[in-house]
Amino acid sequence: MKHEVFEKNSLILLVGILIAVSIGGLAQIAPLFWIDSTIEKVKGMRPYTPLEQVGRDIYVREGCYGCHSQMIRTLRDEVERYGHYSLAAESMYDHPFQWGSKRTGPDLARVGGKYSDQWQADHLVAPRALVPESIMPGYPWLATTRIDAPSTVERLKTLRLVGVPYSDEMIVNAERDLVAQIDPESRSARDLLQRYPKAKVVRLDNSSTPHPTELEALVAYLQILGQMVDFATFDAAGPNLR
Amino acid sequence: MTYDTVATISQVTSLLFFIAMFGSVVVYALWPANGAMFEAAQRDALDLREPSRGKQQ
Amino acid sequence: MKPTTAEREALGDALAALSAALVAVLGLYITFATREPAMALHGALLAVAAIIGGGAVFSFMNPTEDRPERADYVDGPIKVATIAAIIWGIAGFLVGDIIAWQLAFPALNFDLPWFSFGRLRPLHTSAVIFAFGGNVLLATSLFVVQRTCHARLAGRWSPWFVVWGYQLFIAIAGTGYLLGITQGKEYAEPEWYADLLLTVVWVTYLLVFLGTLARRKEPHIYVANWFFLAFIVTVALLHLVNNASIPVSITSTKSYIVYAGVQDAMTQWWYGHNAVGFFLTAGFLGIMYYFIPKRVERPVYSYRLSIVHFWTLIFLYIWAGPHHLHYTALPDWAQTLGMTFSIILWMPSWGGMINGLMTLAGAWDKLRTDPVVRLLVVSVAFYGMSTFEGPLMSIKAVNSLSHYTDWTIGHVHSGALGWVAMVSFGAIYCLVPWLWNRKGLYSLKLVEWHFWISTIGILLYITAMWVSGITQGLMWRSYDKLGFLQYSFIETVEAMKPYYVIRAIGGLLLVIGGLVMAYNIWRTIRGDEAVDLADQPRVAAAPGLRLQPAE
Repeated sequence: MKHEVFEKNSLILLVGILIAVSIGGLAQIAPLFWIDSTIEKVKGMRPYTPLEQVGRDIYVREGCYGCHSQMIRTLRDEVERYGHYSLAAESMYDHPFQWGSKRTGPDLARVGGKYSDQWQADHLVAPRALVPESIMPGYPWLATTRIDAPSTVERLKTLRLVGVPYSDEMIVNAERDLVAQIDPESRSARDLLQRYPKAKVVRLDNSSTPHPTELEALVAYLQILGQMVDFATFDAAGPNLR
Repeated sequence: MTYDTVATISQVTSLLFFIAMFGSVVVYALWPANGAMFEAAQRDALDLREPSRGKQQ
Repeated sequence: MKPTTAEREALGDALAALSAALVAVLGLYITFATREPAMALHGALLAVAAIIGGGAVFSFMNPTEDRPERADYVDGPIKVATIAAIIWGIAGFLVGDIIAWQLAFPALNFDLPWFSFGRLRPLHTSAVIFAFGGNVLLATSLFVVQRTCHARLAGRWSPWFVVWGYQLFIAIAGTGYLLGITQGKEYAEPEWYADLLLTVVWVTYLLVFLGTLARRKEPHIYVANWFFLAFIVTVALLHLVNNASIPVSITSTKSYIVYAGVQDAMTQWWYGHNAVGFFLTAGFLGIMYYFIPKRVERPVYSYRLSIVHFWTLIFLYIWAGPHHLHYTALPDWAQTLGMTFSIILWMPSWGGMINGLMTLAGAWDKLRTDPVVRLLVVSVAFYGMSTFEGPLMSIKAVNSLSHYTDWTIGHVHSGALGWVAMVSFGAIYCLVPWLWNRKGLYSLKLVEWHFWISTIGILLYITAMWVSGITQGLMWRSYDKLGFLQYSFIETVEAMKPYYVIRAIGGLLLVIGGLVMAYNIWRTIRGDEAVDLADQPRVAAAPGLRLQPAE
């Protein structure tokens, strides 16, 4: 019988294993890259501002995804609790995705705009001061750690390499935009908002330095979550069938 | 390419492949002549000899 | 042939020393070129490891030194991996229990960056899966492939490099987590440079394994080796595809994954579920197919079934990933495929379970008299339970309730503790006297204790998580009479507290059990007189020290 060749020749066994395990991956992953309807056509998606992206990197660094999802499922109670179900388009610039797998805390896909900047900042530093029953760790060190501007530019350049459409203008102005986002009413903040519509210019009460901290970055990121897509122009029944 | 086409192609080809693979594996495994070979092979590999023949590793 | 062997050995020594020197230079370069303290630490770790490795090559290649006879099996690296597995196992259980207490009492995060839940959680998952489980797999696979092929391990320095390189990977990844260095993909948290190190180690592992298979004296490749090979090669494939990323710079710890959003999600869970399927299942099935027959001294119940089991399992597992993404923005067709294959997967899983359990047919009394057999067999029973629960939870309707809740955590632990850890304990108790040439374990009674402490711990853990998970899922979707959501999110958090305490107590029992095992193994390796040798079965002894069966 033919199967004997598998048992008697380790290299053929190896090839057999590779074929058996490749079929599933190819059939499931490859089509996602070339079926057009995988990612919906929506208005409003843009790359993250430098400060938001740094905030996102902090979100990843602190392992927030261990307890918070960013993926509202198409179930009645979730839509009522958190808002419109999440679209694939909403995480199209997320490297890596942060959909999560566990809700020890609530979903954060649309947490942007739900609380004030100051509430988010205070809550991150001492969660139980605002929500006594919360079991979230406190992150006081974020408030005292400054952001490294040169490395932020490097990060945006790397993200452009993996496909995030940062323009040359965005890259050139990245360091300026980073500071502008904690400086409301400045000229540079207006420029920032032109480049990155809907960005939240964060100003925390107790911030004394003109240089953004990790706390401000994380708040800027949380405040843009779920805010980019214009749902008034989104047609769920249209060409976005999935 | 539409959703339905991809879904159908993906499901049908994987099902056919699975049936073919499953069929050949089952036929091989249950082929009567192979039984004795399997027994001998695994006793050798595990150093399990018939107790009456004595020598253990 | 004889003279070329010596030449080849000399060439091997030279290459090993040269590689060590190059890696040391690379490590030093990284240490001094980087602006990031964490990267400097990891560069220094790499350099120190390479210098120690190079020193080891120099001190052992002296031809006057005694070398083991060529006919012997290579057991040194296996001993290292066995001890490493025990140490990492206890560390992993301990960190897991700490974060379990943190969930019950959040003040235990102490507002310290490196001690907060978000950074310790990947440390726990990686420590138990990759450090504990990985070392068990290294030890058992390298042991089993030599015995079942009647061949010496291929490679001169390679097996040592595999084992110590793997420990270095664990040290770099683990310290990285505490410093906040992570890719942010579950079970694939190590950053790009740790991934590269693991790739080199893993490819060497594959070559050592294949090389040993190629040297075998038996015509047939025993089924346990198929599972080990499928585990090694598929994990390599998963690791390479899922971790494709571009570093911000060569001296930066940070990188960005090349995939985004939905494609990243699909790739991640294709990886994540098959880390379960191939790391935690196929590899450990290899253990089952060797250690159960050896310990009970009977052949596998049905070798025919094991062939069908193998091919169907590896083909079907790879499709199951999307069941982690039901009702998400992943296209429906992929979700449906994932669910379908997950349900079919129940069949081969139970085929394997039956094969493992029925190997005891006619020797069921060993379950009562030998606690090592009991560890092995109960692990297979847990495997059967969690591979029934898994397909159930992959059904979309069930998943809508269970997903995002503690039920998933409970399910993972019934597999990870009940199956993976128990079968590993059983295999370690078999391996140690065989490797260190002892007449038996120091104490079979302590194995008995370990068995019961762990079993009670596991049961506390998974029942607490069932209750909390289902409660949580039901509370989230509960409506009041007026049609509003009945509970705020924070009320569902409060309701979990008693179950979190019970879970943490269950976890503590696992830590205690691990310490009991470590003590027993330490006394065995030290060569202390066994306290209950008369109660131990003949196979507990190393092969050369076994009494012949009375006839």
